[in-house]
Amino acid sequence: MFRPRSDLPLEQDAAKRFLPWLIVLVVYLAALALAGLMVLSTAASGWGRGLTDTLTVQIPPAASTASEDGVADSNSSPKARVERALEVLRATPGVAQAKALSREELLALLEPWLGSGQFAEELSLPALIDVKLKVQSGVSLEGLAATLDAAVPGATIDDHKRWFDRLILLVRSVELIAGGIVLLVSLAAVATVIFVTRTGLAIHHDVIELLHVMGAHDAYVARQFQYQALETGVRGGVIGFALAASTLLALGYLSARIEAMLLPSLELSASQWLVLSALPFVVALISMITARVTVLRTLAKLP
Amino acid sequence: MVRFQNVGMRYGLGPEILHDVSFELEPGSFHFLTGPSGAGKSTLLKLIYLASRPSHGLITLFGRDIALAERDELPALRRRIGVVFQEFRLLDHLSVMDNVALPLRVAGVKESDIRDNVAELLDWVGLSDHLQSRPATLSGGQKQRVAIARAVINRPRLLLADEPTGNVDDRIGIRLLYLIEELNKLGTTIIIATHNEALVARFDHPEMHLSDGVLTIKRKSALGTV
Repeated sequence: MFRPRSDLPLEQDAAKRFLPWLIVLVVYLAALALAGLMVLSTAASGWGRGLTDTLTVQIPPAASTASEDGVADSNSSPKARVERALEVLRATPGVAQAKALSREELLALLEPWLGSGQFAEELSLPALIDVKLKVQSGVSLEGLAATLDAAVPGATIDDHKRWFDRLILLVRSVELIAGGIVLLVSLAAVATVIFVTRTGLAIHHDVIELLHVMGAHDAYVARQFQYQALETGVRGGVIGFALAASTLLALGYLSARIEAMLLPSLELSASQWLVLSALPFVVALISMITARVTVLRTLAKLP
Repeated sequence: MVRFQNVGMRYGLGPEILHDVSFELEPGSFHFLTGPSGAGKSTLLKLIYLASRPSHGLITLFGRDIALAERDELPALRRRIGVVFQEFRLLDHLSVMDNVALPLRVAGVKESDIRDNVAELLDWVGLSDHLQSRPATLSGGQKQRVAIARAVINRPRLLLADEPTGNVDDRIGIRLLYLIEELNKLGTTIIIATHNEALVARFDHPEMHLSDGVLTIKRKSALGTV
């Protein structure tokens, strides 16, 4: 393919025959791990965008905040409390929008858990206000919580941060594992190339010694091994990538059919495909450099 | 051309193969290197073609002290030396043409210049009909002629041959030596290691004799060896 004429019959080596298949496996695993890493990163940044600029204000039912004399204040009707909270929120700099959820919207949120029967409708539910913050709003959540609590006793703010932090921690852990897999399979490829190259050097010791006696520079011998490794790397890498791409497309198709809302989208962007398609060539390049360095280090021991 | 001063050689902690060997070869000279098996002939040749380093002593090749030469300088020195091996050491997966072309490719000669040079030389050694043959299909004499062609394709200033007639019958051996003698007449310095005394006796060239690692030089005259 790229290999110039060779003085060494490297393609006949038994040890060399399994190398392309190992490269196929390495690139296949590395491509899947990398694709998983990219899917998770995209999903995490999407979740982050969706959550970091929103808040939910929860106002408990009025009964729990009755005045000290036990008589319910006329201002403490659920509607009035929500209106008061909305006034506070809209007056807060950095708040782009504050909208109270209707009872129908609340019931729709609870429907997956409680069903749509009479039971749910009789429940005393807290009021929820969906708040959107301006980008880089710099709103102090602690200050806002104190102001809200003073105006509407019992009102609390949920900024989803704890949930989101745990999710990000999980995503980062999975990313780390995926990165570890890429690293390990790359190391396995490097170790195998070193082994195959050293075996080739031992098998062809006589020919290499002959070339040496003829006045061949170490680089001349190294070139023969490195182009062999490059060709093997590209051939195995392209097959491995093709298999990984088929697997990813099949997974993307299946996930689209399942329509699982909680699962991140398994579809990769064009730029992510571009990064993945470079993988076989990166592996081939690593193989080539490894073979060259191995040969040069071994030949340096000759007189 | 080649100068050895008190050169000794041992492999690892083994016995000394060469003891204080000293000699000097003039450019264009022709020497036989004789001695019984195990006397150190191959070791001496290896030192000359820079496949080994001496345990002690000084070797000067083409005016360069080898001990002072950087490793990067050695390939250029090796390209001025042609070597013919007893067991031919032809590459079986390459054609005769590619085998002979090998030193030129190692030296980075352009492919367009290689073919004509190789074909001309193979014609000279009588193998012009075997350019694309594989070594395995050749006879012992033909293989040795390919090995000689490969050793001289680069026009070396020094040709070393280790038992070049060891694997061929006497008739072919003599023809090979005449071939090498022609090279010598063109100015190439020659050293031929052999234990074939009859063959040595046929030619009027000085003899470097190795016995138990000690070298003596015998010069021939019309009246006999002196």
